[in-house]
Formats: sequence, C-alpha cells, structure tokens
Amino acid sequence: MIAMQALAVISVAYVLFLFAVAFFAERAARRGRGAWLRAPVIYTLSLSIYCTAWTFYGAVGTAVRGGFEYLTIYLGPSLVLIGWFWILRRLVRIGRSQRITSVADLISSRYGKSNLLGVGVTVLSVIAATPYIALQLQSVVLSVDAFRHADPAAPVVADSQTMTAFWVAAGLAVFTVIFGTRNLDANERHHGVVTAIAVEAIVKLAALLAVGIFVVWGLMGGVTETLARIDASALGEWQVSGGRWAGLTFLSAAAFLCLPRMFQVMVVENDSDAQLRMASWAFPLYLMLMSLFIVPIAVAGLEILPAGANPDLFVLTLPLASGQEGLAVLSFLGGFSSATSMVIVAAIALSTMVSNHIVMPIWLRLREGTASFSGDVRKVVLRSRRLSIAGVLLLGYLYYSVSGGGAALSAIGLVSFTGVAQVLPAMLGGIFWRGATRAGALAGLSVGFVIWMYTLFLPSFGAGTLLPVNLFDQGPLGIAWLRPQALFGIEGLDALLHTVLWSLSLNAVVFISVSLLSFPQPLERLQGAQFVTTDHVGGGARSWSSSAAQAEDLMVMTQRILGAREAQDLFLTEAQRQGLSGSLPDPTPDFLEVLEKRLSGAVGAATAHAMVGQIVGGAAVSVQDLMAVADETAQMMEYSARLEAQSQELTRTARQLREANEKLTRLSVQKDAFLSQISHELRTPMTSIRAFSEILRDSADMRPSDQTRYASIIHDEALRLTRLLDDLLDLSVLENGQVNLNLRHGMLADVLDRAAAAASAEETGPLTIRRRSDNEEVLLYTDIDRLSQVFINLIANARKYCDAPDPVLEIRVRGDVGRVVIDFIDNGSGVAPDAQDVIFEKFSRVGEQKAGGAGLGLAISRQIMVRLGGTISYLPGQGGAAFRVVLPTDLALAAQ
Amino acid sequence: MAGHVLVIEDEPNIIEAISFILSRDGWRVDTHSNGVDAVDVVRAKAPDVVILDVMLPGRSGYDILRDLRDDPATSAVPVLMLTARGQSRDRELAERAGVSRFMTKPFSNSEVLDAVRALIPT
Repeated sequence: MIAMQALAVISVAYVLFLFAVAFFAERAARRGRGAWLRAPVIYTLSLSIYCTAWTFYGAVGTAVRGGFEYLTIYLGPSLVLIGWFWILRRLVRIGRSQRITSVADLISSRYGKSNLLGVGVTVLSVIAATPYIALQLQSVVLSVDAFRHADPAAPVVADSQTMTAFWVAAGLAVFTVIFGTRNLDANERHHGVVTAIAVEAIVKLAALLAVGIFVVWGLMGGVTETLARIDASALGEWQVSGGRWAGLTFLSAAAFLCLPRMFQVMVVENDSDAQLRMASWAFPLYLMLMSLFIVPIAVAGLEILPAGANPDLFVLTLPLASGQEGLAVLSFLGGFSSATSMVIVAAIALSTMVSNHIVMPIWLRLREGTASFSGDVRKVVLRSRRLSIAGVLLLGYLYYSVSGGGAALSAIGLVSFTGVAQVLPAMLGGIFWRGATRAGALAGLSVGFVIWMYTLFLPSFGAGTLLPVNLFDQGPLGIAWLRPQALFGIEGLDALLHTVLWSLSLNAVVFISVSLLSFPQPLERLQGAQFVTTDHVGGGARSWSSSAAQAEDLMVMTQRILGAREAQDLFLTEAQRQGLSGSLPDPTPDFLEVLEKRLSGAVGAATAHAMVGQIVGGAAVSVQDLMAVADETAQMMEYSARLEAQSQELTRTARQLREANEKLTRLSVQKDAFLSQISHELRTPMTSIRAFSEILRDSADMRPSDQTRYASIIHDEALRLTRLLDDLLDLSVLENGQVNLNLRHGMLADVLDRAAAAASAEETGPLTIRRRSDNEEVLLYTDIDRLSQVFINLIANARKYCDAPDPVLEIRVRGDVGRVVIDFIDNGSGVAPDAQDVIFEKFSRVGEQKAGGAGLGLAISRQIMVRLGGTISYLPGQGGAAFRVVLPTDLALAAQ
Repeated sequence: MAGHVLVIEDEPNIIEAISFILSRDGWRVDTHSNGVDAVDVVRAKAPDVVILDVMLPGRSGYDILRDLRDDPATSAVPVLMLTARGQSRDRELAERAGVSRFMTKPFSNSEVLDAVRALIPT
C-alpha cells in the first residue's frame, strides 16, 4: 500500500515541477524566447481547464447516477467550438482589440463602461465560482482520503480533511500570486500559468486514459467483453430525457462561453486566430478522449467495488482496489491537476474582476483629490490583485469547511454553470446587437441573477438551511406561484431545468425589451458600434443614405479622435444651434466645417477633411477603415506615452551615471593619495642612493672608512627599496589576486620560535620576549609561512617602536574551540587612541619613523589574516601596544 | 665668506648626504629633523638658506613655509624645498606658500649645490 507520506512527497514534487514549468516559461517569455509559448497546441491544452475535478472524478459519478447524461457536459463546448465558432472568433477578436481583461470588463465596456454592470457581473461570478472552488478542494480531500483508507498505517489525524483543504488552498494562493500577478497589463499574457496548465492538461488526460485502458483491457478483458457488460449493467437502462439533455447541453455551451476562467484562457490569453482555429477541432477531440472511458469505468466500479462506494471516486478507487498503486497515484495526480488548474485560473480571472471593478474604484474614490503617481497606482493594483486572489481562495476554503463538502460533485458544478450562464444574453446581445443597452443588460442580468439565487443557489443548500421549508411548499407569503421550484405554477419539472428555463428566458426577454425601450447614451453607442463591427474590419464599402446614420458615424469617429466628452459637447452644441432636440446634429455644411476644424486640430487638416468627406460623401471607404485610422492615432498616443516612459528612464540612467562618476572621482582621489605615498616611499631611498653614489664617484680623495660607510648606506637603502617593492607586490596580490595558500600542519610554538628568530636576525635592538610554552602546544593546519610573516611583523614592530627603556614583549596564547587567540603585548607607551583606527591602513606610520618600514606591515598582516580565516586587531588598554591575532586552528574545517 | 645653510629633513641618510655636499663646498651646515619646532629653529639660527623637506614628522613643510613667510623676521629667507612626492599639485602648493626653489627627490648633488649658490643673497 502506498504510504500517506509517499503520496504527500509525490504531490509536493509535482507541485514543484509545475512551479519550475511556470518559472521557465515566464523566463523564456521575458527573454523574448517564448515563441513556442504562443503555439496553438498550448492554447488548446489550456482550454482544458474546462475539465475540472468535476469532470475528472464526477463524470463517472454522473454516469452511475444518470447514465449517458454526462456526455452533455462535453457536448456543449464541442458544439460551441464547431458550430458557434464565429461567436468565439468575434469574442476573441473583441477581447484582443479592446484589451478586455475579464467577462465583467467585457460587459462593462460594451455598455458604456458601466461600473455598476462590472460590479454586478463580478459579484455574480464570485458567488457562482465559490462553491465550484470549494468543490475542487473537496475533490482533492476526497482523493487523499481514498488513499488514507487504503493505508491502515496512516495516522488518524483530527480535522485532517480541513487541514488538507487548507494547505491546498494556501499553496494554490501562493502559486497564483507568484505567476498570476506578474504583469499588470491584461495585454501581457500569463505564459507561466498557461504553460503549467497545458502540462496539467496532458497529465489529466494521460491519467484518465491510463485508468480507462487498465479497466477495459486489464479488468474487463477487452472491448467486446466491455460492451457486453455495459449492456448488461444498469447504466444501459437509463432513460434519456430529451428536455434535460437539451437543457444540459445548452447550459454547458453557455457556461463554456461565460465562465470567468474559460474567458480568461480563451479570450484574455489568446494571441491569434490561429490558436482558435486549432482549438476548434483539437479541443473537441480532447474532450472526446476525456469521455471515452467514463462508462467502462463506471460499469467496472459498480461491479467490482463494494456497494455504497462513492462513484465520484471510482477513477481512483478502482486502481487502488486492484492493487495498481502506480496507476492510482497517476490518477490522483490527474485529479489533482484538474482541481488545481481550475482553481488557479479561476482565482486569476476573479481577482482581476474584483480588483478592477470593486477594489480599484473604491480606492480611487477614496483618493479623489489627492495627487497620485503611476508607480503608486501600479503597486496598489498589484496588491489589490494579490489580496483578491487570497480572498477568492479563502472564500472557497470557507465554503468548503462550512458546507462540509456534502453534495455530490456534479450538482455543485451545474449550479455554478447556471449562475454564470446568466451573463450570456448580455454578452451575445452586446457583441451582435447594436441596439442592446446598458439598462437592458442591467435589467436582464438582475432578473436572471435573482431567479437563479432564489430557485437554485439558495435551495442547493437544502430546504430549511437558508430558505425556510414552508417556502418550498407554500411559496413566499403563501403565494403559490412564487414557490422556488415551481415558478408560475409549472410543477414536476427537474429543478435544474426549471431554473435554466425560467432564469435564462426571462433574463433574455427582459434584456431585449428594456433595450428596445431605453435610449443608449452616446458612450454606449460608441462602444456598441466598436464591439458589433469588430469582425468587419476592412469589410468593404457601405452606403450612407440616411443622414441619421451619417451623424451617428461622425459621432463615433469624432469620439475616437477627440475623446467621448469633448465629442459629445461638440455634437450637443451643434444640435442645439440647429434647433434639434436630440444630441445628434444634421450633417449640414456648416456643421461639417466646424467638425472638420475641430478634428484637424487633432489629426491634421488633410486627414480630417478626408475622414469627414468620406463619411458624408459615401466614398468607397468604410467607417471601419476610418476607425482603423483613428486606432492608429490612439497607438501613436500610446507610443508617445512609451517615449515619455523611456525619457524618464534616461533621466534615471543619467543620475546613475552621475553617481558612478562621483564614486570614480572619489576613488581617483584615493588612488592619487596612494600613488603619492608610493612615490614618497620609493624616492626617499633612491635619493640617498643617488646622493651617496655621486659622492663616491666625485670624491677621489675620500678616507677608506668613509667610503665603506657610504657604500653600506647605499646597500641598506637598496635593500629597503627591494623590501618595499616586495611588500607592495605582496599586498597587491593579497588584496586583489588569487592567493594560493600552502596549507600544512605545524605547532604554534614552532611558528613563534621561527618568527622570533627571524625578527631578531633582521633587526638589532634589545627586546626580551616572554612566552609560556605550555600554552603554545597547539596543532595548526594553515599556511604556516604566511602566519609566521604576521608574527615576524608584530615582533619587529615591538622591537622598532617599543619605547620602554627595557623593552619586553609578552606573547600570550589562549586556546578556544576550533580557534586560537594570540596576544602580543609590549611594555611601551602603546598606540595613541586616535591612531589605533588607521594603523592597519597602507603607509600609516605613527610617531617618529625609524628606518626600515614603509608602513605596509600591518596592512599586509591584516590581509593575510583575512585569507587565513582569522582576524588581527589592536587591543586598547593593555598598558603597552597590544595586538590580538585570532586564528582558526584548522583552516580546512573552518572553510566548511 | 661662508654661507650658513639649515637643513630640515627627517631621513638621516639624506641629511648626511646634503651635509657632506654642502660642507665640502665650504658651507656651514646646521640640521634639524623635526617639523614641530622648525620655525623656532629657523628664527634662532637665522640661516642664509633653508633646505626644507615636505613630509616631516609633526608638521608639513608647507605649513612651516607659510609661517616663515608670515613672520617679518623670516619672510625674506630663501627656502629650497625638496619633496619625494612628485605630483604637479605639490609644486603648486609650494609656490603658493612662497617657496624660492622647488626640487623633486632624488636630486643630483650639483643641482642642489647650484640651487643653494643661486639662492644666497649677494
């Protein structure tokens, strides 16, 4: 039996793998190497988020409960892709050209950028999606449970289900925040998420096919045998209800178009018509493969598994019961993929809506009057998106933990479907019917929403939970025809079908009638024209016979160029001047002249004249062509905005350059001081050498003793020069270069012995060195030569600078764990407090200089100690000059 | 007549070399190796020429020179400045402080001798 721990490890590894896929896809896209990310096949696979855990696990359950009815869920989208391809294409094109970010944005934009509609669609979507997200969490929990029951060794943990759900929700929130809120502009796609989802699509298809193949050939014994057993099973006897079939097919088709997450992958993430063309045949194929083995699995589950086993989990429990652990894990991952991909995309889609239509408008209103900057807003948008994602997932989790996950999987799914389908009339009307108005959309949506809530969503919690029981029997206030499941007295209808019928038909009727009765505002009319005519770009000439049409199109064009408010003002003023009551003036020569003048201010006189002339003159150029021209203008404006951004960036770069320059200047001053020092240190001995060699050369009559003396000065100064050059090279290598340390073992006592001897040989002068040899028996593994260089320097310094009449240097050694502390303390007057900081700097010499040192010794010592993994520092308050060397006893160990 | 030169320099070997060169040429040479009280020494000894190092312990040659120029008693004394820092900025600093002659180490003996001869007031 597969252990729970193993399952957890596999799940986490799978999630990390998805993270990696998303990460690399994002990186490829960012580096401009992401052409493959826009491949139609990835787009097609990403559509598979339609197949959630509901279809992965629930389809078998539906088949057990309702026969072949599960097919309707696949039939709907296939019909849309094959039969309603033109609807999809128009949606996708509108989405691209209008930069639509969500269903709510589409509806809101189409109906005059009405935020009320945006909020409405957002609320509807969130309400409809929350149980659906809870359903995904539940499916993961149930599938984990299936393994838990199969593993007797698994520990029994209280609340383990809620914990699993919580961690899954939290993990998904993290993933979605990381990869879903990278880019703000909806025009930029979520390549990471889409690619990860495409991978998940393959995993779930592979899992379901693998289970199916195992069932047909492994358990049933071949195709013929399987078919025979299907015929023999109870499944074949299910009566197909024509009304329910048609209703469900229509419902799933509507949901396929209206589901926020489907809109996200299908429209928002879409890049080209080519993607859609491939999806139109490949996605139905994918769905067909997904549905291929549902019935065999259902039949096998009913036959093999004990009665009462949850049919929603047959896909998982069949392999488990047959001891096929690998297959069971694959199946688990398939279900996991289905659940996670849906939740991720749904969270992105919903958070975009919540953020754009609820959070941001409130924030902007709160900030009204205060200055705001674009960077500021960007941060707020990102934060609001992230919070919305967390909020959406939290809602799903809360729903799950409150509802306890009781209802059958597919029931929740269908309730959601019916909810989001309420958007359909406003959506289709919006993109095909110029006459659709904001008031109509609002009224239709409201009616549909209320009916759905009243007859399906609230009752779905069970009679007596949110709605009182007697409401179902007698209706509100005893009005029988308002009973939630028997509206207008129509009884005996399937509850779901009842809602679909009433909500959608009343929704559509109200939408159409209110639209016909209400008069659209200018902005609505403009947006409507853009949405409805998107397909006809470059579609050819139209004749303009009626002056109203001319005026309207002039209006549309003017708004594109001047902006809505200015255009409306202009048209209204002109209409009043002509004595007309509406907002559209007649295209009289006077008006046209005024209009042309105004337009020429924006696009130039020639273009303005051509545009107006072509609309009014009915020339062979369509309004749509002119729209294209206007769009180009808009692009130019966007381009100039981008230029502005670039110029800001240039300013930033200039500032950085200036800072770098200042830094270089500082460095240059330091370098000058250093060169000056070196020059001094080199020229001083050279001066003596030159002076005395000239003296020796020019004085033939010199006493031999003087000759010897001067020659030895030259010799000493030459040695000093050599030593200085050695030190400089040494320091240069230590500071900048690769230093090869010669690591070997040695006793500290021996190193100190040698250093003391070397220091005495080099320098003359009375110095007593006091040591305690018992402490010095420390075995070192380090660069012995470099270390003794440090010691020699410290001893020589004491010899040189200790000003006591009877100079004594005490060397104290103290061992510690893994390191040794060596103090060098003399009995002189020590280093002045203000000089203690600088003695380790290059060329710093304190007090009167005695011959020999160039002031590099301590600088070199410090560099050596850094390389040896230790430190050297001045110890104040010890009476004389005191230096402390701290050293790891084993450099190799210390390096680990 | 034997002129009187005061050498203010901290490198013993350089002091010895300059003293040797000047003495051999017949000059009377006094030496001093500390910057702190150099001004007092100049005032006390009233030499005909001062040879002054720039980098002295305690006080910089530029500061000493400025003090000499500020004091009426010493403002006229010719000062030959020697420095081992060979940058053009050093020459500027020396000239601004009122140097009579500026030389970079290492120098040639005859050069120093010529400079001292030229500086002596006739």
